[in-house]
Amino acid sequence: MADPTPSRLAKRPAPRLARAAVPLSPGRRAWRRFRRSRAGFSAALLLCLSVLWLGAWPFFSHESIAPYLPRGLTWSPLTLTDAQFAGPDREHWFGTDVHGRDLLSRVMHGARISLVVGLVGAAVSVIIGVCWGAVAGYVGGRWDSWMMRVVDALYAVPAIVLIIVLVATLQTPLKAWLVARWGTDLGPTANLLLLFVGLGAVSWLTMARIVRGQVLSLRERGFVAASRVLGASHARILLRHILPNVWGVVIVYVTLTIPSVILYESFLSYLGLGVEPPYASLGYLIADGVVHINAIRTHWWLIVFPGGALVGTLLALNLSGDGLRNAWEPREEED
Amino acid sequence: MHPVIKRLAMTIPLLLVISSCAFVLIRLAPGGPFDRERAPASPEIERALRARYHLDEPLWSQYLRYVGLLWERDAEGRWRWAAGGLLKGDFGPSLKYRNHTVNDLIAQALPVSLTLGGIAFGLAMGLGIPWGVWTATRRHRWSGFWGGFVALGLICVPALVLGPLLILVFALKLRWLPVALWESPGHAVLPTVALGLFFAGRVARLMHEGMRETLQAEFMVTARAKGLSEARILIRHALPLAIRPVLSYGGPLLADLLTGSFVVENLFQIPGIGVFMVNSTLSRDYPMVLGLVLLYAVILIVLNLLVDLLYRWLDPRLRHG
Repeated sequence: MADPTPSRLAKRPAPRLARAAVPLSPGRRAWRRFRRSRAGFSAALLLCLSVLWLGAWPFFSHESIAPYLPRGLTWSPLTLTDAQFAGPDREHWFGTDVHGRDLLSRVMHGARISLVVGLVGAAVSVIIGVCWGAVAGYVGGRWDSWMMRVVDALYAVPAIVLIIVLVATLQTPLKAWLVARWGTDLGPTANLLLLFVGLGAVSWLTMARIVRGQVLSLRERGFVAASRVLGASHARILLRHILPNVWGVVIVYVTLTIPSVILYESFLSYLGLGVEPPYASLGYLIADGVVHINAIRTHWWLIVFPGGALVGTLLALNLSGDGLRNAWEPREEED
Repeated sequence: MHPVIKRLAMTIPLLLVISSCAFVLIRLAPGGPFDRERAPASPEIERALRARYHLDEPLWSQYLRYVGLLWERDAEGRWRWAAGGLLKGDFGPSLKYRNHTVNDLIAQALPVSLTLGGIAFGLAMGLGIPWGVWTATRRHRWSGFWGGFVALGLICVPALVLGPLLILVFALKLRWLPVALWESPGHAVLPTVALGLFFAGRVARLMHEGMRETLQAEFMVTARAKGLSEARILIRHALPLAIRPVLSYGGPLLADLLTGSFVVENLFQIPGIGVFMVNSTLSRDYPMVLGLVLLYAVILIVLNLLVDLLYRWLDPRLRHG
């Protein structure tokens, strides 16, 4: 509904129309609306702050700063202590794990890795998915049918099988290439690169489908026919008239994709195919806590804190995604 | 030709393509099924094992044998079709659990996963759809806002987090429900909740989205102008269109749930298919992986076809032209 109906226009007060003569760009308007959405904007702010905090975190254990900070903040995730399975206290705010490593610092490092993997993986999937879906839906006919059969076929292979095979297959050549190029195999970083590719490659399918469905129904709408009659090119119709109406759905789905990418990553870490062991993502930490569930002593902090961090991250991502969605939606006439 | 028949006709080639893709894909992965034998297998033993399972043949003949189209010479030198094969419904022997065929293993584990997945799907839909409609109709009120917030909260608590917490609270602390295993109906409660609640949140959000868009459409004004009751407008006029995002999500979701979830099955020690799917891929149990991939593919294709039919049936524009 990018075309405002006459009745809607008529309802608007005159000064509004006068201002609309020098229109803001859609991005500007969206940003304005986004700043006004309370939950979304504060979640995004919180997210930015925690990204800064997470970025600063490794420096807290540096010897020039550490003495001025509370002891609980200055642990490194790799330091082993004798305090195994210590509950949360002044020394270890989140407690310690089986090797006496400080859980707070492990959670902080885990959150960094999970966030990066989620964002990059989702970005890869959006790029592939939107292009594929928009072209298929807009071109239609035989091309659409073939492109969607490809998606069907990929869909029909369980993602986890695809990802395990992809990661296992690409690992050796990638490391060989890195050694040949830079003389080092980069260790965990190479694994992260693999994860981006693997996660992006399996999570674009639903995006392509959703975008294609939207485009398919949008291209039959009156305003598309109108702009075609006015002589607009296909690229213009697709980019200016159809895709802006799809962004809302895309953003909603991205907010669903980032969590699912983060989840997939945790799943892979659990299987030993994700982040390499001395470091750990949030999912890896939760899986680590699950191993130590038993009926005699409950080490609840091993699950509650990494789980809480994961839930908090997802909540912030989803809230800001919702805020962005409301801001981008051209249907809403309430600005 | 009717589009449905066309889709059905596409199914068989699609399955063949998927099976051959999966066949090639799983062979691409480095390593083999006998890498993790208990004792380091001597080269002769490994050679014998490979010969026993025909892994020493060229790939094309292995594939033909798998499909059941291999024309070979038997021990007495007579030409005949190789035994078994996909076309006869035989997925072959498992390379990891060597006393079992893939068919046996699937037949044992599938009912469990079907039950768990089915109930979880029911929970997700039964909770999510009314929830989404409700929040969409009261979006300018606080109740709608908080309803939406709860749905949002649900999709932030994955089974990986919710499952262990449920175990800690309801099984270990309060001792209301069993910790694990799959025996009485009581055993199904925690896994179902852990698996289903997350997806209930997703369904509620998609439903909300669809309903909100539909409620702004012009035919809603017409329906209101006709003086229909609010309930009739919602259910008869808005729901068939508004439910479409949920539908296109529901097909793959149900297929995923029916073929098991590794996390939940692993957490609650449920003997389902999800665990097999991961473990057989990791241990390169080729026939098992292929069997499971094909099973998943068949379920998914059938469900997608159903979703397509429902789409067609629900949208008057597609129905009439």
